[in-house]
Parts: sequence; C-alpha cells; structure tokens
Amino acid sequence: MIPVLLIVIPLITGLATFFVNNGRGAKMWSLLASIITLAVAAVALFTDSAEQLTCDAAWLPALGAKFSLSMDGMSKMLCLLTAVAFPLVFGATYKNTYNKPGSFYALMLLMQAGLMGVFVSSDALLFYFFWELALIPAYFLCSTWGGEKRIQVTFKFFIYTFVGSLLLLVGILYIHFKTPDASFALQSFYHVKLTAAQQYFVFWLFFIAFAIKMPIFPFHTWQPDTYEQSPTAVTMILSGVMVKMGLYGVIRWVLPIFPAAVLKFDQLIIVLSVIGMLYASLIAIRQDDIKRLIAYSSIAHIGLMCAAIFSSQQIGMQGVMIQMFNHGINVIGLWIVADAIEQQLGTRKFSELGGLAQRAPGLATLLVVMILANIALPLTNAFTGEFLMFNGLFRYSIWMAFIAGISIILAAVYSLNMVQKIFYGRTMPATEYANDASSNIKFVLALLVIVILVLGVYPQPVINLTQDSVQAVLAK
Amino acid sequence: MNELVYLVPLFPLLGFLINGLCRKQLSKTLVGIIGSGSILISFIISVVLFWQVKSTGAGLPVDPLFTFINIGDSFKVDFSFQVDQLSSLFLLIITGVGFLIHVYSASYMHDEEAPHFARYFAYLNLFVFSMLLLVLGANYVIMFIGWEGVGLCSYLLIGFWFKNDNYNYAAKKAFVMNRIGDLGFLLAIFWIFQKLGTVNYADVFANTNKLSATDITGITLLLFVGATGKSAQIPLYTWLPDAMAGPTPVSALIHAATMVTAGIYMIARSNILYTLAPTVQAVVAIIGLATAIFAATIALKQNDIKKVLAYSTVSQLGYMFLGLGVGAYTSAVFHVMTHAFFKACLFLGAGSVIHAMGGEQDMRNMGGLSKHMNITKWTFLLSCLAIAGVPPFSGFFSKDAILSAALDSNTSYGLVLYIIGVLGALLTAFYMFRLYSMTFLGQFRGTHEQEHHLHESPKAITIPLMVLAFLAVVGGFLGIPEVFLKNSDWLEKFLAPIFASSTAITQKTPSEGSTEIIYMAVTSVLIILVIIFARNKYMKYQKTGAEENGFGKVLANKWYVDEIYDAVIVRPLDALAGFLKNVVEKSGIDGFVNGVGRFVQYSSRQLRLLQSGLAGNYILFMVLSIVVLFLIFWNQIQIVQFLQKIF
Amino acid sequence: MPIQYYITLASILFCIGVTGALTRRNAIIIFMCIELMLNAVNLLLVAFSKMPFAVLPNSTAAAGTDAQLFVFFIMVVAAAEVSVGLAIIVMMYRNVHSIDVNFLNRLKN
Repeated sequence: MIPVLLIVIPLITGLATFFVNNGRGAKMWSLLASIITLAVAAVALFTDSAEQLTCDAAWLPALGAKFSLSMDGMSKMLCLLTAVAFPLVFGATYKNTYNKPGSFYALMLLMQAGLMGVFVSSDALLFYFFWELALIPAYFLCSTWGGEKRIQVTFKFFIYTFVGSLLLLVGILYIHFKTPDASFALQSFYHVKLTAAQQYFVFWLFFIAFAIKMPIFPFHTWQPDTYEQSPTAVTMILSGVMVKMGLYGVIRWVLPIFPAAVLKFDQLIIVLSVIGMLYASLIAIRQDDIKRLIAYSSIAHIGLMCAAIFSSQQIGMQGVMIQMFNHGINVIGLWIVADAIEQQLGTRKFSELGGLAQRAPGLATLLVVMILANIALPLTNAFTGEFLMFNGLFRYSIWMAFIAGISIILAAVYSLNMVQKIFYGRTMPATEYANDASSNIKFVLALLVIVILVLGVYPQPVINLTQDSVQAVLAK
Repeated sequence: MNELVYLVPLFPLLGFLINGLCRKQLSKTLVGIIGSGSILISFIISVVLFWQVKSTGAGLPVDPLFTFINIGDSFKVDFSFQVDQLSSLFLLIITGVGFLIHVYSASYMHDEEAPHFARYFAYLNLFVFSMLLLVLGANYVIMFIGWEGVGLCSYLLIGFWFKNDNYNYAAKKAFVMNRIGDLGFLLAIFWIFQKLGTVNYADVFANTNKLSATDITGITLLLFVGATGKSAQIPLYTWLPDAMAGPTPVSALIHAATMVTAGIYMIARSNILYTLAPTVQAVVAIIGLATAIFAATIALKQNDIKKVLAYSTVSQLGYMFLGLGVGAYTSAVFHVMTHAFFKACLFLGAGSVIHAMGGEQDMRNMGGLSKHMNITKWTFLLSCLAIAGVPPFSGFFSKDAILSAALDSNTSYGLVLYIIGVLGALLTAFYMFRLYSMTFLGQFRGTHEQEHHLHESPKAITIPLMVLAFLAVVGGFLGIPEVFLKNSDWLEKFLAPIFASSTAITQKTPSEGSTEIIYMAVTSVLIILVIIFARNKYMKYQKTGAEENGFGKVLANKWYVDEIYDAVIVRPLDALAGFLKNVVEKSGIDGFVNGVGRFVQYSSRQLRLLQSGLAGNYILFMVLSIVVLFLIFWNQIQIVQFLQKIF
Repeated sequence: MPIQYYITLASILFCIGVTGALTRRNAIIIFMCIELMLNAVNLLLVAFSKMPFAVLPNSTAAAGTDAQLFVFFIMVVAAAEVSVGLAIIVMMYRNVHSIDVNFLNRLKN
C-alpha cells in the first residue's frame, strides 16, 4: 500500500498541476504535495509489515510483467531521500519564478513519481518503465527552463542516458527470455541460470546503463554540462537523487544477477572508479564556476561509492548505503548555496566573487558546514560513510585504498578553494552590495545542517535501516 | 563518578555553541567569561580526575557514552573515553594552558568587533573540545575525530582574519598538509581493524601477537605519517611557520602547546606497537633529529619574531620524536609538558611585544624593549633559559632526559644521535638568545610613533605570562633524573603503567651515573657559552639593510623548501589538472562522445545525397540490388537450379 | 513446344520492360514498360500452369490452377494501377505541362 501511495501521490498531484497557471498556487500546491509524500515515506520507516510494504497486481499479463512493488531497507532509505529532497528544493527555490510555473512543477512531481517507482519496483519491466518516467520530465525541464546552451546540452544528456536505457532494455529482455517462467519478476531474475559467458555479456548491458546514470569515469561528460545548464531546482534533484538510481540499480540488479561477471570485472571497475575520483578531483581544482566544481566533486564522490560497491565488503557496502543518503543531503545543500549566490549576484565565476563572508555571514557559516561535510570531516554525516567505504576498499586492496585516499586530500584543496574564493578575501565589484541570503534559504540550509550534524554524530539509524539489504545482497 | 569525564569536553562544546550561535547578541565581556569559564570548569574537573588517577594508580573505568558505528557486530566503534595516566596528564596541560590562553586572548583580541570576538572564542572553545576528544578517546576512531577536529580549528583560526588572502592561503596549506598525514592515519586504522577486528586501544595492545612483523611495520609507519603531518615533521612541516598568520594566542595554544603535540600523544599511546617495530623506531628517531637540526638552522636567520618561535617549535617537536624513536616515551611526554609551558609563555610574550609595538613583528625594528616591558622581559628571559636547556630550568631536565636516552639507546649510533642532538641544543640556545637580545636589549630601532606607544601589557596578559614562566622554571622538577636524587623521577613512576609493556620488552641497562653527569655538565657549559656569545653579538645589532648572502641566504630563505615543493609538487599537479581539464576532458573524452554524434550527423548528410528524388534512380537501385542479391545467393536460389536443370 | 521457349520469351520481355522503365523519362512509356514486365510474368505463370510436369515431375494438370489465379490477380491489380497511374499522369500534366518524370524531383526538398 505504501509504495503505491508514494508513486501515486506525486503522479496525481503532478498531473493536476499542469492545469494550474498561477505561480503561487503551483508552488504552494506542489510543496504541499511533496510534504504529504514525505509524511508517507516517514510512515514507511516505521512499518515492518510485509503487507503494507508490498503490492502485487496484474499489469501486462501477456508479457509476463506485473505491477509488483516492494520496499526493503534500501528502498525505504532512498524513498525517504527522494521525499526529503523535493520539499527542500521547493522550499529553497520558493522565491525563484518560472515561466509556465504549472508545467514546471508538474514535471518536477512527475519526476518524483518516476524516482519513487524506480526505488520500489520489483519487476524488471516496471523498473524500466519508471526509469524512463524519471528521465523524460528531466529532459523537458532542462530543455525548457535551462540556461543558454540548454538545447544542445540537454540533447546530449538525453541521447547519452537513452543509449544506456536501450542497452538496459536489451539486457532485461535477454534475461527475461532465460527465466524459466518467462516473467520479469525480480526473484525470477535472481534465480535465472546464466553461464559465465552470458553473464559477462549481459553484465555490461546493465552496467553501462547504470554507469552512465551514476556517472562514473569515462561516461561522465554529460554531467557537468547538464548540471550547469539546468535550472538549479532540477540540478539538485539530478545530482541529489537521480544519480542514486545508478547506484541503486547496480546494487539491486547487477550484483545479485551476475555474480560471476562481478567477480571477473570488479577489478576493472574499481580501477576505473578510482581513476575517475582522482581525475574529477583534479579537474575540480581548476574550475572557475561553482556549479561545475560541485558537479566534478560529485563525480569524485560517486566514484568512491561505485568502487566500494564492487569491493563486495559488508563494511564498504554499508558505507555506500549511508553515503547515498548523505551525499544527497550534502549536495543539495551545496546547490542551494550556489543558487542563492547566482540568483542574487548573477554570476557563478570565482574570479568575480570574493569577500562574501563580510556581507553574508549567515550564508558563509552554513556553507562552511556543507563544505566540511563534503570533505567528510568527522562528526559530519559524510564521515561515517566515507570511513566505511574506504575501509571496505582497503580490505579489497591496500593500494586501491591508498590511491583513492589521495582524493580526500584533493577534496580538501578544491573545497577550501571554493570557500576561500567566494567568501574570504576582499570584496569584489559584484559582491560589494550583496545581502545575506533570504530567510527561506537559510531555513532550509539550517535544516540540512542539523541533519548533517545529527547523522554525523549518530549514524546508527541509517545503518540499522539498511542492514538487511546489505546482507541480502552479499548473501547472493 | 567516573562519568565525570564526559563533562570535560562538554563545557568547551557548550561554550562553542553559545558563543557561536549568539555571536551577535552577546557582549564582549560575556563572551570572554563564557569562553574562559567553560575551560576553567573543564580544568577543575580535570584536576579532580587527575587526582583520582594518581591516588588509585590506575586508569578509571569509563562506560561508553553510546555506540557510534555498529555494523552487524563485525565492526563496532563505541563513543567512549579512557582516563588513565597519559590522558589525564594531557587533560591538565590542555585545559590548564588553554585556560590561561583564553584569559590572555580576552585582552589581546579586545580590538575585534563583537561578532568576530565571539567567533574567535567559539573557534577556540571548539578547538579545546576537539583536542580533548583526541586525548580522551578510547579508540583510534575517536582519536581520529579529534585529530581532524583540531585540524579544522587550526584552519579556521589561522584564517581568522579572512580578509587577507595570504592568511587564507596559509590556512589552506595547513589543512591540506594535515590531510596528507590524516590519510596515513586513516589507512593505519583500516589496517589495524582488518587484522584485529577492533580499534579499541585496550584490545589492540593486548593482541599485538596476532600481528605479523609486516603489519606492525606498516601500521606504525602509517601512524607516523599521520604524526608528521600534525606535528610538523619533515617532510610535512612547512605549514607550521606559515600558520603564524593566525592571532598570536592561537599560535601559543594550537601551534605550540597542544595540537602539534598530538602526534607525540598518538605514538606514546601506541608505544607497544613502536617498541615491536625497531626499524620504524629508527625512522622516527632519524626524522625527529633531522627535523630538530634542520628547523634550528632556519630559525638562526629569521627576523620575524613569530617565525623564529615557529621554527623553534618544529625543532623541539623533533626532539620529542627523537625521544619516542629511542624508546624514551616518558621523556618525550615530559618534554611535551615542559615545552607547553615555556613555548606558550614565549608566544604569549611575543604577543605582548607585538601588541606593544602596534602589530610590528620584525625584530630588526625592535630592541631595548626591556625598559618599557619589565614583566614581559623577565618572563621571556626565564622561558628562553628554559628552552635553551640551562639547568635547573625545566627544559634542561626534559631535553636531557631525551638526549641521555638517545645515548643509551644503541651502542652503534647512540653517540652520533647524542652529539647531533647536543648540536641542536646549542643552535637552540643561540637563536633564542639572538631573539631575546634583538628584542629586549640594545637600542630601540623602530619609529618614534612606535616608541611613544610602547607600554607594558594589561594584567590579563601579564598574569598568564607569570604563571607560565613560573611553570617553565619549576616544571622540570617533576622529572629529576635518578642520578641526582634517588626516587625523584616522579613522572617516570606516574606514567610507568602506560609504558609497562614496552619497558618489559626493551629492558634497558642505564648508563653509569658518573658518565651521565659528565656529559650533562659539558653540555650545560657549552650552552651557557653560546648564550653569552649570542647575547653579546646581537645586543649591539644595528639595522644595516644588507641582504644575507651565501649560506645565510639559503637559511634565511628556509633552504628553499617551499620553492622546491612548489616546483616539484604543486605546479606539476596544477599543470596536470589544467591538462586534464582543457585537453583530456574537452578534446579526449568529451571529444570522443561528441565525435560519435558528429559522425552520425556527417554520415547521414552523405547518405541523404542518394535520395535524389528521381524515380529512375530509385528503380535503378532496386534493380541493381536485386541483381546483386542474385549474384550473392546464386548457389542457393532454387529457380536458378531449376533453370540449370531444364536448360 | 518446350517450356524453355516460354521462359526465354518471358525473360526477354521482362528485360525489355526493365530497360525501358529505367531509361525512358516519359511517364506513359514507363507505364507501358511496367505493363510489359507484368505481362512477362503473366506469360510465365500461364506457361507453368499449362505444363506443371516440366517443373514437378509427378504432378497433374490440376496443379497449375494456382498460377492462373495469380494471373487474374495481376491483371486486376495492373488494371487498377493503370487507372490510378494514368489519373496521376493527367493531373501531373495539368500542373506542370510535362510528363517527364525527372521533372518531378521536388520531394527531395
């Protein structure tokens, strides 16, 4: 029942929002809708009954596809992240105005429905359906409300992710024809018998789709452009929640279905991820644009998560679970700051910013906490996750952990660069008459900071929530 | 009752929260009272705890506060504290010296605007909180939390005056170099956990027999990498002199008395691991000694009063590592303690001077200050004598303990370590009295305006100075060597339980008392001669404006280490980043991706030409295609076979 | 008459039709060539229906009825095609005053 609600509430409210033409109404309505969804997701956390958490209905019997949903710890956690993200984004961008607000908010809510669906589907075709449902609104959002180069960039984003989706579809169909009962159900997929050679082949069909979405090196080039050109509200969702679809896909679908292929290719993928971490960190050092810096920093963090997943250690996997949630929170916070600066000062270039701490001390303090979380300082939420992931990676290979560890040094360099160039030093013409951020932004950021600190000091709830999923994945 | 220990870091944390969150509402007086008061309460509790430890002679059992991370029982980290001889001693140093410096800061920073004043105290309280976590933690993870926390506070305080970009760079440099060390520490924690399944000190040290020689070597080496970062040893020391950009009390508290000794605490805590890894011990000793000499040579030619003290700190930390490296853990901790007293006093004295000089830090513009600043002068002199190692001041006992341990440590190179160590001590005496003479003796060389402004500092500044100077004088009596007085080495006995397992392994035979006394006497006489020489040489110092040349120039430019790092690491890395960003990313990967798209567009444009719109062409293609198909499938077409048959 | 004669004649007719359709530009002549090709096929079908034994050694005369059926189909389709096609040609002539097919390449743009 609960998973159905999680999908249906944003879907229905989203469709209804298309017909709201007044900007204020659309904002209020979608904020309200997302808060209701959040309430449902919160209820899910405290529900254990299988009846409440699953749904099994006929969908396309001719094809063997069912409308089956279920939620385990990982699903609950990611649904909660999705549900938390949207009200925060709506709240933080409350003062922004959009052309055709009804359609904007409607598409946002549809995207939420798609994301929720991805995280709760236990039927491959349904999973694919929601995967696309999440992607298509993103495409329209970027291409309609984005920056100057939006058409070109969105086209690339769309083609890139669509190629991945098609590979995924081929992979799903291939496995489907190998299942004894010709079904798309997750459990039949888990029990399908594939030879090693078949696994090696189909593994890549799935993995490339997820790798593009995450994205990991070298499939990442769509990401900085898209993050830069999209409206920030969309960017927050893309980087905070949508990249988790890729990680989720790997954990839910790739690891259990292709154990032999994972064993064969884990080294390759870990090496790729680690290269990506260093590569993205180094590029981030040279960026002159807040949004692109955050984008590359995000690539580096995702690389670590991907490496930790493929190290197949309980401890690392648990770290990934924590980090999926925390990365979402932190990166949304960073985007909110970036948006606040851009909206007020009209620039995102470090070379034009400086000395903002004198003009906007509140924003500066909040950003510093976000940045500290971004570099995984202890007692912020990201520390636990990164500590566990590096620990898992260390168990896999000392050298990999060492090389990947260099990225934590580089992370300090680029993150502190950012703080220094925006907030410290002397004021520039652009920042001379800046004001502190508006109260709604500060409120949202303060909420995020509280989450960051609470989960940093006491991460155990997230661990407890996702422990069952980790064990289930590693048992396979 | 033992849970009292949780209150020790709690009060600084509360101070941080109150001062940080209400920085716009509170008055400066209130901020100062909250900031200093919270540390005072912690100090009082620390004294109580210390007394308990001393009277029971054993660590106090403390229940964990809560479970920090627990993953299906395979990985469990408690948020728990450990109070024993070592941590309670550090507690006293941190909260005691910390309190004095807070009081001093309230006066020193009084010119700041109220919100910044509150921000300063908030950072300072946060620092004390982190430092207390570092020494109180009962496992390596809690230590690491404090470890990174102090690094953060150091960053925030170095860059406290954030309008100045140079200060920001210094702050960033400190943080990044510390992070390099932190990576080593982190890897060591992983290694320990992988082999032993636990990170609690008690469990780790009890199970060292489960570790292979490689493991122990690897772990201790990585821990030492962490220590070099935090405690400013070669090759990661360059951040510490730059860190002098922060307010002077910060330099006294963080970059002299407490944070930089974290590496020594860490190794002293893990002493059993180091005792089991003699190779690494040798590395520690050599790096320590090298740093001690290297930094001392640089200090000879610095003109910034704080820079001299900074290099002196690096050098003294080198001695502490020498002590650790030769297995004299107690002596190292002893030197940490005495160093905290005299170096804090020196920094605060320097702060008092800078205050009086209106922000001037260049010693070439000072001189003759003793006339105007009597208290500062006397406290400074006592501390100088202490750091130079003149008997019976505290530095004499602690430095001598380290050097004599070095002499005893190993017959083959013990003497070499000793001689180089003494050489370093002579250098120390020289640059300290160069500093003293240039500042307080001779003629005033500054502007008239500065001379007019000269004054003794207020009581909030001088009282901490006097307390610290007193401690710098008498602190050494806690560890009088056995050769002078039987049963007098109180510190050795107090800390014995911590280092018990190490001493059980090494079983040293102390050298004969008479030889030790001869060595000591010779060293002391040499030091006093050097002091007199330096005093006379620099008393008559006159500003010449001439540049240093030859070797002096190399020293004045700090052996060009910063330049070398810049050329070897920073710039290549920056160039690599630029290359990746502009070439690999843009032309390479993205070029390939866009190339695929461009190829599709290009080929479709070419193929479009075939669609001429002429029906005849289309039919021609059709016929040609059929003919081609016929030719390809010639042998398989049944009609052909049939025709072949009938014709 | 042996079947080979029919096959040869039909092939020649078909090739003439193909050549004409490819080389001429007059729409009506192309039409005629297409008719020629269709009728070549028709001829072949009728020939085989009359002489099935030439193809299938054990068959009877009745086996060829399918082919005759096809012939009727083709004739009907051809008639329909001619009527539609001629109408198009007439329309084309009215519009552009020409029945040159190469003139009609505007679909390209």
